[in-house]
Amino acid sequence: MKVNQPMTDVPFIEIEDLYFSRGDLDIFRGINMTILRGKVTAIMGPSGTGKTTLLKLIGGQLTPDQGRILIDGQDVHRLSRKALFALRKRMGMLFQSGALFSDLDVFENVAFPLRVHTDLPDAMIRDLVLLKLQAVGLRGARQLTPAELSGGMARRVALARAVALDPELILYDEPFVGQDPISMGVLVQLIKRLNQALALTSVVVSHDIKETLSIADYLYLIADGQVVAHGTPKTLDTNQDPRVSQFIHGEPDGPVPFHYPAESFYRDILGQASVTRAG
Amino acid sequence: MKRTKTMELGVGLFMLAGILGLVFLGLRVSGLTLSAPSETFRLEANFSNIGGLRPRARVTMAGVTVGRVEAIELDTEWYDARVVLSLNSDLEGQLSRDTTAAILTAGLLGEQYIGLSVGGDPDVLQDGDTIRDTQSALVLEELIQQFISNMVSN
Amino acid sequence: MQSKLKQGTAHIARLGRKGCDAMEALGRAGVFLAQSAVGIPSREGWGLWLKQVHFVGVLSLAIVLVSGLFIGMVLALQGYTILVDFGAEQALGQMVALSLLRELAPVVAALLFAGRAGSALTAEIGLMKATEQLTSMEMIGVDPLRRVVAPRLWAGFVALPILTVGFSVVGIWGGYLVGVEWLGVFEGSYWGNMQASVSFINDIGNGMIKSMVFAVVVTWIAVFQGYDLIPTSEGISRATTRTVVYSSLAVLGLDFVLTAVMFGGL
Repeated sequence: MKVNQPMTDVPFIEIEDLYFSRGDLDIFRGINMTILRGKVTAIMGPSGTGKTTLLKLIGGQLTPDQGRILIDGQDVHRLSRKALFALRKRMGMLFQSGALFSDLDVFENVAFPLRVHTDLPDAMIRDLVLLKLQAVGLRGARQLTPAELSGGMARRVALARAVALDPELILYDEPFVGQDPISMGVLVQLIKRLNQALALTSVVVSHDIKETLSIADYLYLIADGQVVAHGTPKTLDTNQDPRVSQFIHGEPDGPVPFHYPAESFYRDILGQASVTRAG
Repeated sequence: MKRTKTMELGVGLFMLAGILGLVFLGLRVSGLTLSAPSETFRLEANFSNIGGLRPRARVTMAGVTVGRVEAIELDTEWYDARVVLSLNSDLEGQLSRDTTAAILTAGLLGEQYIGLSVGGDPDVLQDGDTIRDTQSALVLEELIQQFISNMVSN
Repeated sequence: MQSKLKQGTAHIARLGRKGCDAMEALGRAGVFLAQSAVGIPSREGWGLWLKQVHFVGVLSLAIVLVSGLFIGMVLALQGYTILVDFGAEQALGQMVALSLLRELAPVVAALLFAGRAGSALTAEIGLMKATEQLTSMEMIGVDPLRRVVAPRLWAGFVALPILTVGFSVVGIWGGYLVGVEWLGVFEGSYWGNMQASVSFINDIGNGMIKSMVFAVVVTWIAVFQGYDLIPTSEGISRATTRTVVYSSLAVLGLDFVLTAVMFGGL
């Protein structure tokens, strides 16, 4: 497939020793990652481990407490506001909710990045938008408003908008959450196809194991603010670490407990735990 | 595209209505006149007491408004009040030299204004002239004082 | 004894923290206003601004005009019953016009504006924040302060003074309807007394200045509350309430200050 790709093993994003906390809660405690150009890299982990936060750090919307993130050699958090916005033109981001602009129709949503960042004539913008909408299979839905779209369709429009400027990097935030099997299949296909057709670098944040394993070239598994394992889908599948195998094979109980920390059920149900102490 | 056109029209009408409203307030409510200053001429009158007369008060003749009080200042030569009147230019060369100016009150508690009444002198007042014959404002306290002293002396 | 002392210091500490929070929010709001209001709108921004003027101005016109009409009518009715005791009912026009131009039109129009347009602005921006539209705009490389906030701010700055003019005009006309047409005040003295006592600069001009100040404050509060809220449904409803409460208090408080400066001889 990939002929003429001499730069396949060049890192595009480097995350070095990243610390981030929100209030008293430590979200990341020293994360290191390398994301290679032209690959699909998946970042996985249980809910609440700050995967979305990591994307926001990469996009420069949050600033880490310590450590740095390099994108194509530029330190994201040392850039001026102007340079940061210029860098963001080279990125696309697909949000969990789609985040389509509710006051614009489907066509104008996809045209939005083109209108604000280019001086192309209207006819050319129209062609480009229809091309992107064709790629996600929604050319016929161009006059609909975001409120009229189903969740899966909204996410596909958002994808078309994310690739409107032909970015070098796309960040996917939970692309598979809450999708029916058909739109899930469509999205998996689209992410894979786009990555190959446009020679993109993709970062997928997800906890849907099956779908993610099927498209990712490389995986990072984070838990408790640290990278617990990384490797290709194959090596992770056979990983013996209980934390890894619990997550990859979807076992309900294991090192990540099913129960939120609480006192013993027996005492709680009899109402003795607090009553006896108070009495 | 059509929707933005009607919206633009709506906003345009809205702003036009705002401007027209302001013009209405200016002309009808605050009584601004668009007439150029050349259409008026000025007369001066000295009063020993102007009472509550204020700038922009009316100047009337036989009850008809013919002008406004333009300025009120203290004349330090005679220590009385010099009132500058601006009158319709139609009256220029029509008012006799012995025209009298009196400060009158509309109703018991109403605003004060100036009433002019012409005399019989063949000479006429010109722009910038001074009205000699003036009658000061009635000051209620003085009236009461007079009344009381009259009663006592009787 | 000691625990009471401890409790007391805890209260004082909480008060201090509240004060710090308030000052911090005020600072944030100031930076926010400066950052979003300076952007001179581009050709495209013009269209966005137009759309917002339509939303906050044209669509608020009906409620403002109807309120203005009723307030003018009530003023004339109340004023007449008081003035007629002094035989001064010919001063009705003056009373109606001055109370409208100096106080009622700027204040009531601003309060209505806060309820009608301000709360809608807060909810709209808040919803855009909750659905990540603002974040995604930032990721596309467009500053939401300039794209979303600036047109709304400038639309509010322009719309409220126009609404205030409309309020005054309709109110004076309402006073005319009740005073002249119904209660039989002489028409000439209604307008004549009004014209003799209303000064364009001192009364109409100062009223407009008040209205512009209110426009800045109300729109600023509304837009900032929307931008700064916690993006949940509860957060949006709280921020909307806050917009109306804060704007109303700010308008009434500032009105006193402005009146003292303009008419109180301070």
